[in-house]
Amino acid sequence: MDREAPVEILPVKALPVVAVIVAALIAAIGANSRWALDFFHVAGGGIWTALDLFLGFILGPILGRLSIPARVELTKRLMPKLVLIIPVLVTMTLAAGFQLARYNGMLDTSFPRHAWVVASFAVVGVMAVIAISLLEPANIAVLFELRKPQPNPAVIEKLMRRFIFTAGITGAMQIGTLIIMTRLAS
Amino acid sequence: MIAPEQKAWADRKVPPVTGLWMLSLALIAGGVSYLAAYLPKRAPLGPAVGLLAASAIVLGVGVVLLAGQRDFAWRRFRQVAGWTFLAYIVIAGMIEYAFIYDHTHGAVLIVMTLMLFVFMLAPPLLVGFTVARFQRTS
Repeated sequence: MDREAPVEILPVKALPVVAVIVAALIAAIGANSRWALDFFHVAGGGIWTALDLFLGFILGPILGRLSIPARVELTKRLMPKLVLIIPVLVTMTLAAGFQLARYNGMLDTSFPRHAWVVASFAVVGVMAVIAISLLEPANIAVLFELRKPQPNPAVIEKLMRRFIFTAGITGAMQIGTLIIMTRLAS
Repeated sequence: MIAPEQKAWADRKVPPVTGLWMLSLALIAGGVSYLAAYLPKRAPLGPAVGLLAASAIVLGVGVVLLAGQRDFAWRRFRQVAGWTFLAYIVIAGMIEYAFIYDHTHGAVLIVMTLMLFVFMLAPPLLVGFTVARFQRTS
C-alpha cells in the first residue's frame, strides 16, 4: 500500500505568493496610493468576511454531519491553506485600512465620525484576540494532530469545532464592521 | 467511532491558561485602542499603564500555572512556541519601527513598547500550549 505523504503544516510553495502580496501592500502604504489602499482594504475585508461566514455558517454545520474519516480528510486539505490565507487577508485589510484612515484624517479626534473609528478599533480588537487566542492555535494544533501516525479523532473534532465556532463569531462580528465601515464611507 | 479513551484524552483537564492569556491579550488590545482613540493628541497614561500591568500579571499567572504541570509535552511546547515567538519578534519589530517612524516618543513610547512586549509573548505561549496539550509525553 502507498504511504500517504505527511500533512504539511505550512504550504511552503505558496510563500512566494504571500511575499508578492505583502510587498505590494508595503508599496501601497509607502506610496500612499489611494486606489491601492482602497483595493487592499475593500478586497481583503470582503474576502475575509465572506470566508469567515462561509466557514462558520456553511462549512461548519456540513463538517459536523460528515463521518469521522471524511472530516479528517477534509481537515487535512483545508487547514494548511487557511494557515496562510487568513493571516494574509487580515494583514491586508488592517494595514491598508489604518493607512487609509490616516490618509483621510479619520484617526484625528476632530473627525466628525471619530466615534465610529474608535468603535471599529474595539471590534477589530475583539476579533484579533479571538483569532490569535483560539482560532490560529486550533488551526496549528489540528495539523500537528494530523501528522501523527494515528491521529485522535476526538482531538481533531474538538479543535475543528473550536476553529469553526470562532470563525463564525469573527464572521458575525464582521457584519458589525461592515455597518461601521459603510457608515464611515457614506 | 471515537473510542472512550480517545475522548477522555481530548477532554483531560488542563490549567485555564488559554483563558488567562486571552484575557492578557484583551487587556493589551484595550490599552492600544484607548491610546489610539486620542490620536494625534496624547492620552492620559494612567489607564493605559493600569491595563498594561494587569495584562502582565495575568500573563505571569498563566505561566506559573503551566510551569507546575508535570505530565506535559514540554519539548513540543518549546519547539512550537519558539518558532511562533520568532515570527512575533519580526511582527513586533515592524510595529516598533512604525511607532518610532511616526515620532512616538517619551512615556507613550515606553508604554506602547511594553504593551508590544506582552503582545509578543502571549501568542507563542497560546499556540505552543494548544499544540502541546494534545501530545503524549511518552
